[in-house]
Amino acid sequence: MDHTSAKYIGAGLAMTGLIGAGAGLGILFGNYLQAAMRNPAAAASERVWLFLGMALAESMGIFGLVMGFVILFVNV
Amino acid sequence: MAAIVPMEQFLIHKVVPLPPISAPGIGQVDLSITNSVMFMLIAAGILCLFFAVSARRAIVPGRMQAMAEMIYGVVDGTLTGGIIGDRGRPFLPFILTLFLFIATLNILGLMPGGFTVTSQLAVTAALALMTFLMVIVVGFARNGLGFFKLFMPSGMPLPMALGVMPIELISFLVRPLTLAMRLFGNLLGGHVVTYMFASFVVGLGVFGIEGPGLAKLGLLGSGVSFAMIVALTTLEFVVAFLQAFVFAALACVYLNEVVNLDHGH
Repeated sequence: MDHTSAKYIGAGLAMTGLIGAGAGLGILFGNYLQAAMRNPAAAASERVWLFLGMALAESMGIFGLVMGFVILFVNV
Repeated sequence: MAAIVPMEQFLIHKVVPLPPISAPGIGQVDLSITNSVMFMLIAAGILCLFFAVSARRAIVPGRMQAMAEMIYGVVDGTLTGGIIGDRGRPFLPFILTLFLFIATLNILGLMPGGFTVTSQLAVTAALALMTFLMVIVVGFARNGLGFFKLFMPSGMPLPMALGVMPIELISFLVRPLTLAMRLFGNLLGGHVVTYMFASFVVGLGVFGIEGPGLAKLGLLGSGVSFAMIVALTTLEFVVAFLQAFVFAALACVYLNEVVNLDHGH
């Protein structure tokens, strides 16, 4: 396998990190909606934590994305 | 057909070249006005102008003042007030500046011909390091050596606490890295994806027009990609505000830990 194709395969593999981020975001928003439907009065006060959790879950996927970009575009 | 170069939009080039300045201990420093610096200056100018126009202190607020008061209310109510509590008031100017500056930079990056400053890791790293150093300084100023209680979970048996402390320390030390990478990655990723779909519009469109028979399906793909660009641009506007909000909120969470170290609120 030559250098370029190995690079592309590696970048693709780095993208598998997004699986976890997707599952995490689904769980997060699903559970938030479930809780908000049960107790709508408390929903607004927890929205900040929803976005914080979203940022934390998403950042894991973003790290994978950045790794992919680094593998593809950084010339070492 | 033009080559597809998704990373070209993030290249920094000089707009106003200035002669290098020799700084003591560092050597030659290039202080030229690059496109990155230029857009940061534009963002700072917009914000100064916005508050110069809106801060009239009228009892019945006009449109601009109502807008500024709303932004202030959100930051004061949900960020410093909601997360840190009453002791968070002194940090309001810092958090408000952080939020508005990042949001303005993100929005400027979405304008046609704009340059996304927050997609430069150096810029986001500087903002994250500033927040991190502020947390450390405030932590030592408020608590003295009690700052190290941050790494010591309360009510835990000593042998276990000794094992947890290194983990807490590491998770504290990677905070600036995660802060910087989150903002950088979100903005970079969003702009690259939009660029890729834009290249699909042109590529598939040309393929559909020139090709025979079934190749006409390329026109359909081109149209779908165009619709995707519209949807992605909408998403990017949400992301621009959301990431600024998240950055400010995380800065608040980190400040809260050191400000309210001795007692929860």
